[in-house]
Amino acid sequence: MIKAVGKPIEEIISMVQDFPKLLIAGCDGCVTVCEAGGLKEVKVLASALRLHFTQAGTHKQIDETSLTRQCDKEYLAQLRDSIDGYDAVVSLACGVGAQFVADMYTKKVVFPGVNTSFMGATEERGWYVERCQGCGQCILAETGGVCPIARCSKRMLNGPCGGSEGGKCEIAPDIPCGWELIYERLKTLGQLDRFEKPVTPKDWTTSRDGGVRKILREDLRI
Amino acid sequence: MRLQYPPDIRIIQVPCTGKVDIIHLLMAFEEGADGVFVAGCLEGDCHFREGNLHAKKRVKRVKEILDKVGLGGDRVEMYNLSAGQGGRFAEIAREMTARILSLGPSPIRIAKGLIARPGAQAAGAEGEVAA
Repeated sequence: MIKAVGKPIEEIISMVQDFPKLLIAGCDGCVTVCEAGGLKEVKVLASALRLHFTQAGTHKQIDETSLTRQCDKEYLAQLRDSIDGYDAVVSLACGVGAQFVADMYTKKVVFPGVNTSFMGATEERGWYVERCQGCGQCILAETGGVCPIARCSKRMLNGPCGGSEGGKCEIAPDIPCGWELIYERLKTLGQLDRFEKPVTPKDWTTSRDGGVRKILREDLRI
Repeated sequence: MRLQYPPDIRIIQVPCTGKVDIIHLLMAFEEGADGVFVAGCLEGDCHFREGNLHAKKRVKRVKEILDKVGLGGDRVEMYNLSAGQGGRFAEIAREMTARILSLGPSPIRIAKGLIARPGAQAAGAEGEVAA
């Protein structure tokens, strides 16, 4: 899932200070799971903003909502009747959701309330780690289910490099070497022969090459 | 035990301080509380194992938020005491009330016109107590 962290409150205050009527819009999807932009975080942000502007003597209308997903038009359409009543929207969805709000409501000022960080997993509540970089050409089958693109700091396809020491990456002592993980996993699976075969050069055209990526599924389109 | 403590404290009972969330504390300030203290069980003595430790982290987060929004983090505090320490509760209530009096009334109450002007009236503290 997409992982995000809330923007510092002072940054949001400076963004919205000139707008009297604000809608804080959360998303019930990924950002709710990582507790950055769900209804709970919407309420906390709205309360903090109300406290700030009230004590500063500035009257603002700050309303709260959360949509099932901000990255789907049918859910965003739920704002159609109410959005004209606001001067700006603070979207606590990921960058995708915030952009979709701006796409659909072109005359509305939209501010991001979170910093969208990565595609990752929840190790524990409050501890999220990156696991995929969306390269568009998954090679997990060859690497024992451990992604060298996301988990090797150099994105090497034939690792480990000389910076791997004691199973850790040279970048930081708390980062496991992705290729050490791949080696150990293949050893457990009895597939070390795969590790010995050099991986062929990767086709990066499915990654950020060629601008904005899209998926067109004719079988799904209506 | 007829212990005396300041009368301007409103006690909100919760099953465990682990139930106290960030939004509850912020809402108290929105409603005009001059200060809030969370009284949890002694660390290591939580009936629900870690409720008071969760509360401690949330109070810390609320302190950060209050500092950033201009109310000041000193208006909220976490205390740990056992249900058998009535004397300590009264002492904490007096301590927190003294702190809030020195800080003055909440800027929210002043802005909302709930009090005439700063310093015109003694400020009270609100408390939350875990059973």
